[in-house]
Amino acid sequence: MNNAKIRVATASLAGCFGCHMSFLDIDERLVGLLEHVEFGRSPLTDIKHCGPCDIALIEGGLCNAENVHVLSELRANSKILIAVGACAINGGIPAMRNHYSLRECLEETYLNGVGVENPQIPNDVELPLLLSKVHPLHEVVHVDYYLPGCPPSADAFLKILGDLLAGDEPSLPKNLLHYD
Amino acid sequence: MRAEPKRDTAIPNTITIDGQEIPFSIGQTIMDAALAAGVYIPHLCHRPGLTPHGSCKLCTVSIEGRNVASHTADRRIQASSSVEIDSRSVSACTMPAMAGQQIRNNTPALNEVRKTITQMLFIEGNHLCPSCEKTGDCTLQAVAYHLGMLDGHFPQLSPRREVDASHGSVVLDRDRCILCELCVRASREVDGKNVFAISGRGIDAHLIVNSASGKLADSDLETGDMAAHICPVGAILIKEHGYEVPIGRRTFDLHRVSEIGLEPVILAKVRHTDE
Ligand code: SF4
Ligand code: SF4
Ligand code: FES
Repeated sequence: MNNAKIRVATASLAGCFGCHMSFLDIDERLVGLLEHVEFGRSPLTDIKHCGPCDIALIEGGLCNAENVHVLSELRANSKILIAVGACAINGGIPAMRNHYSLRECLEETYLNGVGVENPQIPNDVELPLLLSKVHPLHEVVHVDYYLPGCPPSADAFLKILGDLLAGDEPSLPKNLLHYD
Repeated sequence: MRAEPKRDTAIPNTITIDGQEIPFSIGQTIMDAALAAGVYIPHLCHRPGLTPHGSCKLCTVSIEGRNVASHTADRRIQASSSVEIDSRSVSACTMPAMAGQQIRNNTPALNEVRKTITQMLFIEGNHLCPSCEKTGDCTLQAVAYHLGMLDGHFPQLSPRREVDASHGSVVLDRDRCILCELCVRASREVDGKNVFAISGRGIDAHLIVNSASGKLADSDLETGDMAAHICPVGAILIKEHGYEVPIGRRTFDLHRVSEIGLEPVILAKVRHTDE
């Protein structure tokens, strides 16, 4: 490997940021990792748009039009795209709304729900349009690798990044494979 | 001098699974013989003691040569030693063990097929493990771990299925039902009742409850019934016991699904022994 650092971008779509928090749980091992990688577009750097990068780590599924745009931009700019966590892989908790129509969800949340004051469904033009269902990433773009878990443990993040940095095919040992 | 043994008794009652010779007695299936010998064949719809159902196909194995044994030491046996002749796929849980069967079980190709079947089971229902009470105790999930499943591969079908929370102590969440019929058989064969059945075909197949209203509350299901506990996934759950054992200390956090004889641990579990 030459000395150029590997560029990593990250994004949280319809997720809870739990995967990003778990990634940061690598704690002081982040220092060692930063010898080899640098972060581009990411909530960690607050860079909003994606330049060309080697690895994109994407948390969360797709629940609105903005999620789809961010995902497409990351896919177009990254060599390797990894679906991180339950929501990116199968929709996860946000996909529980797939049991209901979008109208039912909005009415329950903003009109009929317990404790709602001044009931009205938000319709500001700035708000991204909601998709009628929540979808996992692989239904929209090609996904190169999957890192399951809710969230994946810090060790699982390090394992998959370590494998890629070493030029190996990523693989998770059984003790790091969890869907919960 | 010993009398010449009769022709059939000369055939030893053994089968061979992945090169390991395993004894069996007449009437046993390949699954029975394998479990008795401590050999794991992945399975979801099978539970020792209940009539085999043969529906999930996780236990698919391949047999080289057909009924080799019944032809004894003739050219068929020689034929069976050359690779892949006449190899066919069967369900280990329903296929009777027969002397001389050469069976392949734990091969990359078969495990790949099993993984695909497992992925189809996941995307066909709504399996959101982080929100499921059964996580860590779920055999479907444990089999998926065993097979190294990382994703669902196929598009999610996100079906809309009915929850039946009418019963005082048991809840039926059809989102997670894999139609294995373990509850159906346990109710009929062990509990002496007839609480459950599968209705509909193909993608419309679903679990129904045998009561006038179709609701669990009006059935004669009780918490002591095996049918209330046997579900391998989180479709039939006992109310108010969901999180007694914390995630991370559950059956398959501590055990591998490939360990033999786990059924009592899974079935009897309310608290883990070391809690
Ligand atoms: S039943 Fe099993 S596989 Fe399905 S959501 Fe629950 S834990 Fe996951
Ligand atoms: S409710 Fe459970 S035991 Fe019954 S058929 Fe469905 S998955 Fe099998
Ligand atoms: S265990 Fe389900 S088909 Fe054999």
